[in-house]
Amino acid sequence: MGAGKPANVSVSVREADFDTGAEIAALRAGDPRIGAVACFVGLVRDINDGAGVSEMTLEHYPGMTEKALEAIVAEALTRWDVYGVRVIHRVGRLLPTDQIVLVAVSSAHRGEAFAACEFVMDYLKTRAPFWKREVTPDGARWVDARETDDSAAERWQR
Amino acid sequence: MLKILYFASLRETLGLGAEDLPLPPGVHDVGGLLAALVARGGDWQKLATVKNLRYAVNQEMARLDTPLRAGDEVAFFPPVTGG
Repeated sequence: MGAGKPANVSVSVREADFDTGAEIAALRAGDPRIGAVACFVGLVRDINDGAGVSEMTLEHYPGMTEKALEAIVAEALTRWDVYGVRVIHRVGRLLPTDQIVLVAVSSAHRGEAFAACEFVMDYLKTRAPFWKREVTPDGARWVDARETDDSAAERWQR
Repeated sequence: MLKILYFASLRETLGLGAEDLPLPPGVHDVGGLLAALVARGGDWQKLATVKNLRYAVNQEMARLDTPLRAGDEVAFFPPVTGG
């Protein structure tokens, strides 16, 4: 971590939508050390595994979810020299084009911010206890985990 | 007493989201508890065949050999699909 100020960290699991601009402003908080912000936003698509998706419901494990996200962020802070991390993950019923997840990272330079942002997303996808149930023309189905998500997370292991 | 939680497709398969259960005699770890649950028969036998079943003890990811003691919160769930 950079010397001085503690990291500006925020983790939130909630039904409400988020305003990416407002979240980036809160992440920056006027800190003049920050030279880069990397931000990822995940969205609900209207197609998955070849079927149309009309809506999805995100279930989670209250308590463990927040702990898991905080642990992932703490790990990112040990690996990269970043000044702040914000994670918001929505739960409940969502529709195509809705925002699902935000990960934003601030640092002095882009390399650290990009890497830490991607790391947090890759670990979130394999370690945070969320489950998606989507509605297709054939009925509702639980989304299967993808092996590509496991391999994306594994490349950060050392 | 153990607090046991089941999530997502597993909760639907079992028709149960949570239960309190005295630590079964002779059960010392997650694997032992899983075997005791499977031994209930019926839909519970499906617990043994869930692909990549995951477990957590006191809200931390666990393994079959993670020890259990009275008062623990144990969760069983399929691989996660957030993000």
